[in-house]
Amino acid sequence: MVGLGNFIEVLSGGLLAGVLYSLVALGFVLIYKASGVFNFAQGAMVLLAGLALVRSLDFFVARGLPFAAAVLLALIFAGLVMAATAWLIQRFVLGPLINQDGLTLFMSTIGATFIIEGAAQLIFGSDVYPLKLYPTDAWFALESVFQGGILVNKLDVWGGLIAGALVVVLAVFFQRTKTGRALRAVADDHAAAQSVGIPIGWIWFVVWLVAGLVALVAATVWGTKLGVQFSITFLALKALPVLIVGGFTSVPGAIIG
Amino acid sequence: MKADVDQSKNTSPAKGDIILAVKDVSLSFGGVKAIRGVSFDIKRGEIRAIIGPNGAGKTSMLNVINGFYHPQVGTITYKGEQRQQMRPYIAASQGIARTFQNVALFKGMTTLDNIMTGRTLKMHKGIGWQMLRMGPALDEEVRHREVVEKIIDFLEINAIRKTPVGKLPYGLQKRVELGRALAMEPELLLLDEPMAGMNLEEKQDMSRFIIDINRQMGTTMALIEHDMGVVMDLSDRVVVLDYGQKIADGTPDVVQADQKVIDAYLGVAH
Repeated sequence: MVGLGNFIEVLSGGLLAGVLYSLVALGFVLIYKASGVFNFAQGAMVLLAGLALVRSLDFFVARGLPFAAAVLLALIFAGLVMAATAWLIQRFVLGPLINQDGLTLFMSTIGATFIIEGAAQLIFGSDVYPLKLYPTDAWFALESVFQGGILVNKLDVWGGLIAGALVVVLAVFFQRTKTGRALRAVADDHAAAQSVGIPIGWIWFVVWLVAGLVALVAATVWGTKLGVQFSITFLALKALPVLIVGGFTSVPGAIIG
Repeated sequence: MKADVDQSKNTSPAKGDIILAVKDVSLSFGGVKAIRGVSFDIKRGEIRAIIGPNGAGKTSMLNVINGFYHPQVGTITYKGEQRQQMRPYIAASQGIARTFQNVALFKGMTTLDNIMTGRTLKMHKGIGWQMLRMGPALDEEVRHREVVEKIIDFLEINAIRKTPVGKLPYGLQKRVELGRALAMEPELLLLDEPMAGMNLEEKQDMSRFIIDINRQMGTTMALIEHDMGVVMDLSDRVVVLDYGQKIADGTPDVVQADQKVIDAYLGVAH
């Protein structure tokens, strides 16, 4: 029984860690799906979201707000920061490049990466900031079946649940809403999308906003795991295998990958 | 206000009013002059053909009308109002729909979804309701689906409603594209070579659809087409462009007999 227990422990641990990477991968998929652009800046966006969140959280807590209210305010603040970022990217980076090819847009997101990384650390500081939003303690499951139970990290479970919920929400958004339909339309054909009355600039803003909010969610999980720090941007690179396995255009694929 | 407009359209077709007037329009890209001082008008309820040899500026003209290109010189008056800065989505919201020379469909989406995108501007219910598919959004979705189903019936594409359009043969793609434009319930429909690359049977089907749309829905159309037989049969009036300039304008008979038109098409013996 010990062998099987170990096996399940390692398996579940591995799967759940994979889910956390897929949170980052989701952001890539969203933008690729809606604009055909490989967004190099996703990792930087996770950093920015995390920093905005943790710094404003500290600020609100220091003001003596109860923790729950501070978290809520900090989430709203970080959400606004991501919205502003989406608007700036659309306005100054992608807007002038409508109808350019994918590689050009890709290069421009590399540029955006450095700007976001630099600006985020300039404004919010570059130390390692601890963030504690989820329980991080270990949890021994199925103790009655296996001797000593199976060690599961609660944070990983939370991350898994959040990723699952995100996928459901995003899938519904893409399939059912008119904006979701418009997003898919823009990805396929700019001119045709414009001709049926879809304003491309607005749609790109929405995409980057959604990617920013996904980055924020990823930041809450990863920030709790590692602390909010510069190395979070490298998560983006680790998420790449997830993407390649799961497919660049599939939201559920990113999760499975 | 919207209701008034619709009503006036239904009770009196007001056929003959000028819906769009193009005046002295010139358009150039760098040193290339695509359109040079062209003027013409489109009357409500008519089928207006724009013809001319390749590179005459026909497609550029459609792109100007629906706001993709901005002419450097000249004015465009649509429904009595002179246009200022134009964007394609504004043109769409004012009732101008179009199809493209090389079909521009959303290839990953089904026929049904493609045509539904034509309803984008007419859906206003909150995004939350849409995601839940409940309450007002459900009513709205159902209402729009009815309109779309009617169009699908009309165009006889029921069999392919759930097929991703990328897999369809060219002739059917053209039909789906027409359906998407119709879903916008346009007042002015721009068709860029609706029959290019079709066989005779497909051309006959398409001609029938165009005539039916014009007669039954009273939709005004501007049509670019190379098949002269089709143009002469379908259109009420024809404008002929050559090297970006207008060389003739009138009923099919008049245009057909015009020496300049014959020269442009056959070349002049020097």
